[in-house]
Amino acid sequence: MNNEVAVKNKKLVRNLAFVAVAMFGFGYALVPLYDVLCEWKWIERDRPDAIKAIPETAYEIDVNRNIKVEFLTTLNENTPMIFRAEQTQITVHPGEYHTVNFYAENKTDKPMVARAIPSFSPALTSTYFEKVECFCFSEQTFAPHEGKSMPMRFVINPALPSDYQTITLSYTFFDNTQNAVKK
Amino acid sequence: MSAVTAEHAHDDHHDDHAHGPEKGWLRWIITTNHKDIGTMYLVFALAMFFVGGAMAMIIRAELFEPGLQFVDPQFFNSMTTMHALVMVFGAVMPAFVGLANWMIPMMIGAPDMALPRMNNMSFWMLVAGILLIASTLFMEGGAPAGGWTLYPPLVLQTGKALPFAIFAVHLLGVSSIMGAINIIATILNMRAPAMTLMKMPLFVWTWLITGFLLIAIMPVFAGSVTMLLTDKFFHTSFFDAAGGGDPVLYQHIFWFFGHPEVYVMILPTFGVASTIIPVFARKPLFGYSSMVYATAAIAFLSFIVWAHHMFTVGLPIAGELYFMYATMLIAIPTGVKVFNWTATMWKGSMTFETPMLFSIAFVVLFTLGGFTGLMMSVAPVDFQYHDTYFIVAHFHYTLVPASVFILMAAGYYWLPKWTGHMYNEKIGQLHFWLSTISVNILFFPQHFLGLAGMPRRIPDYAIQFADWNMISSIGGFIFGASQLLFLWIVIDTIKGGTGEKVSDEVWEDAHKHGLEWTLPSPPPYHTFTTPPAVIPSDH
Repeated sequence: MNNEVAVKNKKLVRNLAFVAVAMFGFGYALVPLYDVLCEWKWIERDRPDAIKAIPETAYEIDVNRNIKVEFLTTLNENTPMIFRAEQTQITVHPGEYHTVNFYAENKTDKPMVARAIPSFSPALTSTYFEKVECFCFSEQTFAPHEGKSMPMRFVINPALPSDYQTITLSYTFFDNTQNAVKK
Repeated sequence: MSAVTAEHAHDDHHDDHAHGPEKGWLRWIITTNHKDIGTMYLVFALAMFFVGGAMAMIIRAELFEPGLQFVDPQFFNSMTTMHALVMVFGAVMPAFVGLANWMIPMMIGAPDMALPRMNNMSFWMLVAGILLIASTLFMEGGAPAGGWTLYPPLVLQTGKALPFAIFAVHLLGVSSIMGAINIIATILNMRAPAMTLMKMPLFVWTWLITGFLLIAIMPVFAGSVTMLLTDKFFHTSFFDAAGGGDPVLYQHIFWFFGHPEVYVMILPTFGVASTIIPVFARKPLFGYSSMVYATAAIAFLSFIVWAHHMFTVGLPIAGELYFMYATMLIAIPTGVKVFNWTATMWKGSMTFETPMLFSIAFVVLFTLGGFTGLMMSVAPVDFQYHDTYFIVAHFHYTLVPASVFILMAAGYYWLPKWTGHMYNEKIGQLHFWLSTISVNILFFPQHFLGLAGMPRRIPDYAIQFADWNMISSIGGFIFGASQLLFLWIVIDTIKGGTGEKVSDEVWEDAHKHGLEWTLPSPPPYHTFTTPPAVIPSDH
């Protein structure tokens, strides 16, 4: 291999290695990029709406429609709690306000900070599921062995497309004590 | 390098580039010769093909009947995960890197790869990475069992194996990035002066594009698994919902890597098919430049379609539509390729030696796998196929009777050149027919299972899936056993094969199709120390 080719090789390798390092950075850049893109209006990501409280508005109650709402409760791996919905399933009319209580208990001898994350199925119904009050809006603090009943007040927007008859709302509690202590 | 010709390589003079191979086993550790390293890559890939294949046999044995027979569910899921990782990173990718090492310098008239020492290093890092991932099988909590896609939060429940699997991915990533840089540098800087870009064989073209894909995606994969690592051990929350992260983000990052990755395995396949078919059709390749542009188009599209793997995660409707239409676009350049291969064979004086048989089977069966891909690109119907055996059937059709068949074809096509011996054509054809029939018995019924709703990655299943699973397993066992014929042929050919002396060009008029056929069979340890003046160009 003559010198000229060796020099060319060296330069090319440097450039290509730079691309590889830059692409490693690009992987990390996708994290903030993802959040920015999901804020775009037309993307209608369901999660932020599901966490935000919506002011109580009066809707006309559509008594001709019955929507079955199911509640699922799950604990994330290693979350030492008891967690259940006091009613697992209710039938509501669109526009009608309801309050459902969820019970959660800390099973450990230490204080605990935990966070409930909602998830809707079918996902598109989340836009029409308006919560005015929910334990999932903020982190919950539990004293050792404390159990408490927590309300979730909601209404289904009558604009919900008529294809939907059942909405499943699932909450998963995550133990966030370690991160909370660090802050 | 001095202008010593290959014939003088055995002479006892003092230019150490021109010596023959090192004596003894140390040759294989320290070698920087592209042919030695190519051989090591190919032998390693073949060994891993049998390791990954053995895992597939365990999977098919367990699925032979409903109920749990041989292994516990955790180990079964480890098998599906490890089978994929070993086959992708240990067998198919290294096999193509091996072919690139052996063939690219000989095809473009270069004396060796551009960076021979880095070449040696990337091979041994690959071995280290695969050994590391294999070692997780013996760890507390077992090998990773959440699928090769390593989705959180499930993968974070892996036992002691998780950090080892992640470091293995890092090693494999660095190894393939180094390999890719080396191949690009070789192709761009080491070509014989007469070898202009648009005269390069298509195998070289497809590898040039694949090299760029690898450099762009492997670091992203390394980044995503690093995020898993810090989520698990350092309290970051990239994908942890409790800390404000989002598991769906992992899927986006993973498939940004993962979709181009499947083209890393198929583009060199296209290249080899475009090399073999013209030789046995005795016609120039139809539409050479359109093949080059189609390859580049597929590579570009591969970067902008990743979320078609995620239609069911709750994408916004605009996203579903965009990824659906963008994915459908891939069918156009792929269709151009299939058309060109068919047109190359049209009115050719075809003969059907084993490499050609495997290549024709590739064209037919890859097209079938492509069509099921097109079905799944339709977002609304994908909800039925998602995570069922339908997708398993789809990607196995694009990998086994496509990539693996073409690797077999490449083996039969170039073994006489590499060894100087002819393989046993009868056994080769037997291997072809057994493989082609059994691969369809193995994977075709999985389409039916998937449409009927059988989910993937489960050790047990409902009774109505029993019949097709049994048929699929029988096909699997025949396919697995037939591959032993290939192993026998490779060993037999290295030892002397049929005893027939092969000519330099091996296949009739092959010298018109590639520079490698102008060299002796087997080629001397160092070739093209002076670049060839005239290059064949049949397009």
